[in-house]
Amino acid sequence: MTTRYTKDHEYIRVEGDAGIVGISDYAQSQLGDVVFVELPSVGKTLSKGDEAAVVESVKAASEVYAPVSGEVVEVNSELEASPGTVNEDPAGRGWFMKIRLANASELDGLMTEEQYQEFVKSIS
Amino acid sequence: MAEPAPLLQTPLHAEHVTLGARMVPFAGYDMPVQYPTGILTEHTWTREHAGLFDVSHMGQAFLVAEDKSHETVARALEALIPADVLNLKPNQQRYSQLLADDGGILDDLMVTRVGAPGHEGRLYLVVNASMKEADYAHIQARLPDGVSLDRKDDLALMALQGPSAEAVLGKLAPETAGLPFMMSTDVRIGDSQCHVSRSGYTGEDGYEISCRAEDAAKLWNRLLADPEVKPIGLGARDSLRLEAGLCLYGHDIDTTTSPIEAGLIWSIQKRRREEGGFPGAGRIQREIKEGPARVRVGIRPEGRAPAREGAIITTPEGREVGIVTSGGFGPTVNGPVAMGYVSKDLSALGTDLHLVVRGKPLPAKVAAMPFAPHRYKR
Repeated sequence: MTTRYTKDHEYIRVEGDAGIVGISDYAQSQLGDVVFVELPSVGKTLSKGDEAAVVESVKAASEVYAPVSGEVVEVNSELEASPGTVNEDPAGRGWFMKIRLANASELDGLMTEEQYQEFVKSIS
Repeated sequence: MAEPAPLLQTPLHAEHVTLGARMVPFAGYDMPVQYPTGILTEHTWTREHAGLFDVSHMGQAFLVAEDKSHETVARALEALIPADVLNLKPNQQRYSQLLADDGGILDDLMVTRVGAPGHEGRLYLVVNASMKEADYAHIQARLPDGVSLDRKDDLALMALQGPSAEAVLGKLAPETAGLPFMMSTDVRIGDSQCHVSRSGYTGEDGYEISCRAEDAAKLWNRLLADPEVKPIGLGARDSLRLEAGLCLYGHDIDTTTSPIEAGLIWSIQKRRREEGGFPGAGRIQREIKEGPARVRVGIRPEGRAPAREGAIITTPEGREVGIVTSGGFGPTVNGPVAMGYVSKDLSALGTDLHLVVRGKPLPAKVAAMPFAPHRYKR
């Protein structure tokens, strides 16, 4: 199991040929209280960098971009009723969607956990 | 490229930093948008207990008549705003608007007739931070001889809002407990002289407290020492005022809106409606008589998605009819709330509308404001 991060603070945790996508703990802390999440429909095909979901805090709306290309095979519909889960457990129960990877080599362009923590340090 | 002007700091800046606030630029000031607990908690705490807000960035000033006559200073201000200033009782406060010649709103403000003995012929003004320089210039340029504007940049202002506010402030200044809504008094808290009014901008009961800048931190910390009080940032201030249906200048009201369109007719007292004598009186009297072409309404989106400022309002058939001027998530309502302008024929409660969010029309209905009931002590 590998987790990779984007510069836009999405993570993808790869399990086999699919990956669980969410936002990092740093991202949720910057957004503040999440009050609404808009998820893509299952079956949607995304290209890396596409707008995949929207997350709204009390203050503002932010886009969640697809960290890799692929098909959305599952979404965390629990977030519709309890969007605050994104704040409470971003790496766990606060996941957004599962994407079946179209091209696993895209992961190589993303940051490792260690690189991402360095990146966060450099911008905060 | 020119360097941006350095951000100003209120006398409570160091307190916010110590409390771990997230600071953001607002109207030229470095202000706390939220403290570590977050906007939702701060919002709810204010509705259930008492929230303490630093609003020292707002402009505080006095309008002073040389002859110490209330009538002189009242008439000078009545030439610029549509409120009845003349009939203000000592220590009474009113909400009003500085108007442009076409009846558009230059700013909204609070006006109080100073009641302290020996200070006759003085009005205390509180204006928006973002507009204070423009407001002061506007007022100064239009004052008659014998009336002057005295800006008080050495004062702090804080708001204590929520159902526990009366008990909390009552412990420090018992005479504030019996103060009616929109009345003010001068009190001593510890060794600082404070001007306290029963007012605010959250829809809750509460107070605004003005004191000297050098006394501000001590008073702030004294109020925060009460377990009923938590500090509240600009984020929750905005969600609280939105739920209370109150206008934010530069968003819900500006030079393109009149007080009648904005639903602020209640702030224009009967004598002024009849006599006029303020900028834009012709238009405003006509709008009172014939009804304005468009009006500010409350809007409740039917789903969970918030519609924010700038979202287009359409009919269910897709005809564009207006724009959202404030919108977001209402923590007390536990759902999205918005306000915006629509034509008069679409303003009835329950009218079906669509709000265009990220290109998609969301069903919504015209709804009564305030979204959360006002709990003022009248």
